[in-house]
Amino acid sequence: MHENNISEERKKYLRKIKKNKILIIIVRLLIVIVFILGWEILANIGVIDSFIASSPSRIWDTFINLSSTNLMEHVGVTCLETIIGFTLGTALGIIIAIILWWSKFLSNVLEPFLVVLNSLPKVALGPVIIIWVGAGMPAIIVMALAISLIVTIMEILNGFLETDKEKIKMAQTFNANKQQILTKIIIPANIPTFFNSLKVNIGLSLVGVITGEFLVSKAGLGYLIVYGGQVFQLDLVMTGVIILAIVAAIMYQAVVITEKIIVKRG
Amino acid sequence: MPLEGNGKIMKKILELNNIGKKYQAKNGEIEALKNINLKVNEGEFISIIGPSGCGKSTLLSIIAGLEKQSSGELYIDGEIGYMLQTDSLLPWRTIYKNVLFGLEIRKSKTEENEEYVKELLRKYDLYDFKDKYPSQLSGGMRQRAALIRTLAIKPRILLLDEAFSALDYQTRIMVTNDIFKILKNENITSVMVTHDISEAISMSDRVVVLTNRPGTVKNIHNIDFEMENRNPINCRESPKFSKYFDTIWKELDVYA
Repeated sequence: MHENNISEERKKYLRKIKKNKILIIIVRLLIVIVFILGWEILANIGVIDSFIASSPSRIWDTFINLSSTNLMEHVGVTCLETIIGFTLGTALGIIIAIILWWSKFLSNVLEPFLVVLNSLPKVALGPVIIIWVGAGMPAIIVMALAISLIVTIMEILNGFLETDKEKIKMAQTFNANKQQILTKIIIPANIPTFFNSLKVNIGLSLVGVITGEFLVSKAGLGYLIVYGGQVFQLDLVMTGVIILAIVAAIMYQAVVITEKIIVKRG
Repeated sequence: MPLEGNGKIMKKILELNNIGKKYQAKNGEIEALKNINLKVNEGEFISIIGPSGCGKSTLLSIIAGLEKQSSGELYIDGEIGYMLQTDSLLPWRTIYKNVLFGLEIRKSKTEENEEYVKELLRKYDLYDFKDKYPSQLSGGMRQRAALIRTLAIKPRILLLDEAFSALDYQTRIMVTNDIFKILKNENITSVMVTHDISEAISMSDRVVVLTNRPGTVKNIHNIDFEMENRNPINCRESPKFSKYFDTIWKELDVYA
């Protein structure tokens, strides 16, 4: 690119793009500000009952109060469980998808089971999981796995099966064996698929972790939210939900950034 | 041994004897090829042409050993290289890593072979682009890179499966010319499958016409323009070109 001799028309075009980008950011910020201000004002003048709907200032106070006590511990527990959940879910998903790709017979045999497991609401397994692995962090991680694993297997296997046939044939023309096709074509071609499932799995693992925490735990954001609900402290519930949204956004961005570093071409 | 017109000794490098291929499918048996007989001599350029679905590509797959024939015998003397319809360069590898792919799969990435690949890259103007990624190269350059990937394993026979059909017309003529010169230069015997009659005539010493399914050899045309330094571009100007085209076109029985 020769930055020094771009035409007037191109400059205009680039300016237009930049202007549009800035406008989008401004409008986004405006929505957040209007939402928070509106909520606060309506709560103050009594249109919204801040006892059942809370208000931004009360959430802020709760947040400050919690920070001085043990908020970070709750956030840490949830983050840890989620990270273990989605990395384990993705890793196991990749391994099982590889096995199913390798053996067409096995994948044909297991297909109906996968379909049934996929549509089963995994939350229903909650009591079983608690009894089997005990109430505590392991149960929560298993819950997160139960929710994310089947989807991951299906998505990754699908990616494997849709790998460009011409590239596979090209490798075969050099007499590549199955293992070489897997490591030199299928896996590198599906790195974007792996990152996509990581992204999906953040959301799914969070669902699993929060559900698990609702059911069994004594710490974590899910615990905080349920506790807040039980003692009718909506401030606490709202604070928990907002922190949860921030945690999810940060994890998602972390995966996006890792992907950018690893996948240079594609 | 049979002699060629100019007195060179012709050496058989590939021979197909009564090759047949049947496919089993749920709704029945499909006979793709029947009694294919063909003898190819060293250094020859052979084109196989025929109506779509006549089993041309199947025939190449059988020669390459990707599929097994149902009947008949195959004689091959030497390493076989294969070029597919698309360049199939791997987008996550640089050009250099791409052209080494075949050697890597064959586990023969020795220093000597790498040196040979570098020499090929230099000879065919790709050396400066060796650290670029495929998406940064033009269609013609990518096709040359794909050819070097194949040449890296030092094949004596090259199979081309509609290898230029993914390119636009202008690029196609240039690339055909480039590749033809490289193949003659490296003295490689070539068998090309195509549906493009002009492409077949412009490159080949002989054009094999197959029948409808089950494909069998209908006729073999000797193509001789009686010119020095023939190449795919200059032979198109010969008056014999349209004559050959006409004969083969009529033989293909294309009904619109």
